[in-house]
Parts: sequence; C-alpha cells; structure tokens
Amino acid sequence: MEVYLDNSATTKISQSAAEAMERIIRSVYGNPSSLHAKGLEAERELKAARRAVADSVGAEESEIVFTSGGTEANNLAVLGAARARKKRGSRIVTTAIEHSSVFEACRQLDEEGFEVVFLEPDESGHISEDAFSGAIDENTILVSAMLVNNELGTILPVERIQRIIKRKNAPALFHCDAVQGYGKLPIRVKKLGCDLMTVSAHKIHGPKGCGALFIKKGVYVKPLVYGGEQERRIRPGTEALPLICGFGAAAGEIGGLSEKMSSVTALRDYTLSQLLAIDGVEKNSPDDALPYIINVSATGVRSETMLHFLEGREIYISSGSACSKGKKSHVLSAMSLPDRRIDSALRISFSYDSSKEEADALTAAVREGMETLVKAY
Amino acid sequence: MKEIILAKVGEVVLKGLNRKNFEDLLIKNIRRKLHPLGAFEVKASQSTIRITPLDDDIDMDEAAEKVSKVFGVVAYCRACAVEKDMEKIKAAAVEYLSDVLEDARSFKVESKRSDKKFPFGSPEISKIVGSHIADSFPELEVDVHTPEVTVTVEVRDMAAYVHANALPGAGGLPIPSGGRAAILISGGIDSPVAAYMMAKRGVELTAIHFASPPYTSERAEEKVRTLLELVSDYAGRIEMYTVPFTQIQEEIKKNCPEDLFTIIMRRMMMRVSEKIAREHECLALITGESLGQVASQTLGAIACTDETVTMPVFRPLIGMDKKEIVAISEKINTFETSLLPYEDCCTVFTPRHPRTKPKQDMVRRAESSVQWDEMIEQAAKNAKVTVIYPKDSA
Repeated sequence: MEVYLDNSATTKISQSAAEAMERIIRSVYGNPSSLHAKGLEAERELKAARRAVADSVGAEESEIVFTSGGTEANNLAVLGAARARKKRGSRIVTTAIEHSSVFEACRQLDEEGFEVVFLEPDESGHISEDAFSGAIDENTILVSAMLVNNELGTILPVERIQRIIKRKNAPALFHCDAVQGYGKLPIRVKKLGCDLMTVSAHKIHGPKGCGALFIKKGVYVKPLVYGGEQERRIRPGTEALPLICGFGAAAGEIGGLSEKMSSVTALRDYTLSQLLAIDGVEKNSPDDALPYIINVSATGVRSETMLHFLEGREIYISSGSACSKGKKSHVLSAMSLPDRRIDSALRISFSYDSSKEEADALTAAVREGMETLVKAY
Repeated sequence: MKEIILAKVGEVVLKGLNRKNFEDLLIKNIRRKLHPLGAFEVKASQSTIRITPLDDDIDMDEAAEKVSKVFGVVAYCRACAVEKDMEKIKAAAVEYLSDVLEDARSFKVESKRSDKKFPFGSPEISKIVGSHIADSFPELEVDVHTPEVTVTVEVRDMAAYVHANALPGAGGLPIPSGGRAAILISGGIDSPVAAYMMAKRGVELTAIHFASPPYTSERAEEKVRTLLELVSDYAGRIEMYTVPFTQIQEEIKKNCPEDLFTIIMRRMMMRVSEKIAREHECLALITGESLGQVASQTLGAIACTDETVTMPVFRPLIGMDKKEIVAISEKINTFETSLLPYEDCCTVFTPRHPRTKPKQDMVRRAESSVQWDEMIEQAAKNAKVTVIYPKDSA
C-alpha cells in the first residue's frame, strides 16, 4: 500500500481537476484575448475558473489575479506592495516562520533599504497579537503573515492584524499567505481583513504551476513583469488556461470543511498518540495547531535517514518543508529547539481523505526505524 | 451565544393598509436572498424583521452582506441573542461587542424592554450594562449625547438582544411592489445605474439589449449579461431580451442623413422596446440618459425619441452629473465591467457630427422614405430571451 502523508508539500490531483485540464488542453485551445469565437470560448472558461476561486475565499472575481503559483503570488504581494508604498514609509513587519517565498522576498527588500522586522516565535511556535502590536508603527507599509505555518501547522492570529494596523494608524497593507490554510479552514477575505492573500492550486488537489493572489478592490501593487492587458496588467502574459481551469475545478470542490476538520482531527489525535508512544519521538507542533499537520522529531535519527527508510516501505512524508530540502529548518531554529531535535524533525501532513490504515502503516514503520536504525548521535 | 440580524423597515411601515403586503414581499425577498447560505427564520415584529440562522455553520458575514442588498431594508444590525438574564446580558455586551468597543472612544447604552415581566426597567438595564462596559474597557468614556457607539439592549418576549450601531441598508421599496418596467441597456456606465435606481423603488426589471452582429460581437452581449447579473444582485431575476438590430441599423445608414443617424436609431429602439415591453407586461421604459451628456441626450433629442412611444419613459439619471453616476456604479460594482472596450450598438456608425438640436418634423421627414413597421415588428418578434439570476442563487 502506498502511504502518502505529505499533503502540505503537494496533493494528488482530483478527478475533476484532471478532467477539466484535459478538456481545456484538447479542445479549448483559443487565446482568451483573441476577439474571435475561440477566444471568447477560452475567456468564458477563464471567467468561470476565476469565479470558482473567488467564491472559495469570499472575494469578487475582479480581486483575483492568477499567478504561476504560491511563490510568485507571495513575491508579487510582498515586493509589489512595498514598492508601491515606499513613499509612505519604510518599515515591513513579517515573521521568522514565513514560507521562504515571503521570507526571501522580505530579505530582498531589506537589501533595497527597507527596514524589515522578522518577529520570532515563542517556544511553542506561536507569534502573539502583542508581538505584532509592538512591531507595527506609523512608518509600517506592509505586514505579511501566514495563516498557517507550513512546518508546524501553527495558526497565527492574523484576524487581529488589520485592527492593529488601524489602531496604530499605519499606512500598511496586510498580506496573508494562506496557502496552508486554504481548503482546510473556512477562509473569508473580509473576515481575515487582508488586503492581499496568497493561495495555491496544488495544495487543494489542483495542478502545480498555478496560484492566485487576492488583491482587494482599490489596492494597488506594483507588477513584477510588464506586458499586455491580462490579469488587469498586474500579471501580464497569456493565461495558463489548462492550469487555471484545473485550479477552478479544485476550488469548486472545497466544501464540507467542518466535517473534514473533525475527521482529520480524530486521525491526527490517533496518529500522534501512536507516534508519541514510541521511545524517542517528541512533538514539535503546538497543541492548537491545524490538525492537518503534525511535526515530530524522531530524536537520534536524522530526518533524511528516516525519510529514506520510510520511502523503502512506500511511505512518503517530509522533513520540515519540502521547498528547502536538506536545509536546516529556519522555523524550528526560530523556536530555539535543540539542534538534534531539529535535525530529526519529520512533518506528516494529512489530506481530508487520509486513512487510519495509512496512519498505522506510518507508525509501525517509524517504530521499526527507531528500533533498527543506527542513531547518528 | 447566538447571532442574529435585525433589519429595520423604513418607508414600508408608512403604507397604511398595504403594509402587510409590503412586509410580506420584503420577508419573501430576504428569504430568497439568504436561501443559498442555509436555513433561516425570517419574522416580522413591529418595525423590525428578525433573521435567525437555523444551522450552526452559517456565515453571518455573508448573510449580513446579503441583507444589505435587499430593497426595503433601511438599516440593519447584527445582534447577539441571549437568555433574559441580567448577568448573561452583561457578559454578552462585553464579549460580543468587544471588537467595536475596543476601537471606540465613547459609548452609551440604550435599552428597550417590551417584556414587562423582566425585573429591571429600561433605565436600570442601561445603567447596569453601561457600568459593566465602563469597568471592562477603562479607556472608554460615557457620552450620552454624541457617542461613537450606542449599545442597544432589547428585552423581548423570547430573548434579549444586544447590538451596537446599525448600518445603513439598501433603502427603497421591496420588489416587485413598484410593478414591472423595461430597461434599455447597451453596456455603458449609465444604464445599469438607471436599472438599479428603478429597482430600488420596487420595480421588477426586464432588460432589452440591441445586438448588431457582425458590427457588434458576442463579447458585447456577454458584457451586458455580466452587468445585469451584478444588477440582479439587488434587483433579483431579470429577463433579458436581445434584439437583432443589424438590418434596421443598415437601413438607417443607407437611407437617412448621417447627422440624424443616432437620433433615428434611438427612435427605432424605442419603438421596438415598447412592443417588447407591452408583450411582457411592462408598464414603462427606463433609459440611462442624463440631460446633455451626449448629442442624443439633449432636450431636443429626447423630445424626438419620446414622441415615438406612448408608454411612460423613466430616466432616473436625467439630473445627475457623470461623477454622481460613476459613484453609484462603483457602489453596485458595475463600473469596471462597463469600461470593457467592446463595440456596442450605440457606437456602430456613429456620425462624425451628430445634430444636437434636431427638430421633430425634420426627423420624421428624414425617416419617412423607409417602411419601418415590418422591420420593427420582426426585430421585436425575433428577440431572444435569456434569464439572468444573481450569481450565487443557483
């Protein structure tokens, strides 16, 4: 049995997303910008996909800009917002546990002369409302914070950020990287209070290579690329229609979130109790983390060793976040965990349809690994 | 803690013996609007309509937004329903309203007690709740004259309700208390706004759009459908008739003087529209004209187009400036779509120098060389219907 518990890295494509993509690739080959009927046909598909994505987060269609994925959307948000607002201030507030596409974009801005504040998490991986409140000032032009941390599943108090910005009278836009919460938590842009929000298709059983940035009506970000009229000139270039329509199909399938949440919570509790019963396994995720993600350390066995041991049994999980492969996790480092615990961190991430059998196979294999593998230190 | 919405009914209550009808329409419209979100109980009591969600996971932000788009609601607020117990009321006021109170500088408490069995009188309730709020938010000042936030406590028969300031509703009258009328829509900024304004007065809309393929494209028609869909968010279901107009336009171009092209075209549009309107039980036509905005909207031109029909023609934008019209189109979200650059029936064959002060007899003479009646008849008969619904009402 193949056991895929790496759903925060990417998900299996859904049947309807795959079908939508095949249909578009084969028959709707027109350019949405063409004036003739083939163009109109393609434009209609584009519009339907845009509507599905907009509806999935409670936005207007005109507020959705398609991108090549979460990384591009995060870059567009962070760089585009900062560069559009540089006359109004120079401070940017973000966290030390952001995805690398926000983190590195912010470091770039730091080099360009912006003053970037990276808020550190406490030992449980949380960043408090007070931490944001202390960092945001009248000179702050951008606050970028993720909804759910990709390595630990920590949920950040992002719903409070817009209030803090208002109270501090800051000329700041609020960007939320919602990639890991999308399709899991009931996201409503108005409720989050964000001006910009990133989502990605392949985390919700859609295709890789497609994401979207929500840009609230009236908010301006400076584009990263220049060209034609597509995506309201914010992201020009002929639209990747097959991918976008696959995204639309996957977005249209988001639903029943509270039932999914309860079943995943039960599965998480079960898996965690089994894992923690193994000698040497310690939990890194906070108790109130999103149940779709579990981060544990199988202390003594390097993450990569365990990963390859498990893969030999057709069990797929991740060490920290998949985007940074072998690199030491900046998130776990920020939590100031001991090095040996960071070196042996494992991330297990569920989908709503993950099963108890998968969990059992995983825990049995981790137990076997802990008993048989030679400890590195 | 259960959250409900209280919708305040305005003008509707002034309607004497018709009040019941108006109120029933309003309740029906609110129910229909909220239907896609889940089950609600919608009930009237005095001048308030109480909207209670019956499922646990209903998104009340969306529900409130939907209520804000129902004509006939002058104001609405979200309230917390609690047991009629002073401690619970106090706790609810602080907890439920914490977001609002944290941001405010001053407040007061108003109480209404319709359940006379409740052991505290209104002034007492205000005093107790007020001092509890003041203790919980030390930076907040009491201001009974011009408070930033007015906390209202209503002790009713079934429960007590706590809420803060009401928000303005869509106003107007419930649809279709105003009867049915037909809007002539091209795809510009003005006509969707005119449609919205008449719908606001309770008018149920039918839409008439003129298409002249291949001079106009399928996209232009699609744009009108999108605009109507946005209007239907307020106006409800709209029947749209697309009139094949190519032949009439070509005949005008061939047979009439260039400087009168637009005015004659508009006369033809009015004639076709009146036929369709009568067929579908509309009592009036609506256009988005604003006096003097373009050559065909001068008083002279309007007099020329008006004489072709006997139905009343409503022009709700007649006295408005472009800026005011744009402001409404932004509010109802049609502005961006209106700007899409497709040729429509009004821009095809536009004369270089249109006559701004046409005389009626001159225009009549200019169009007299062609037998229009049969063409008008055919255009009206061959109009094809599409039904437009608000986008999430599937």
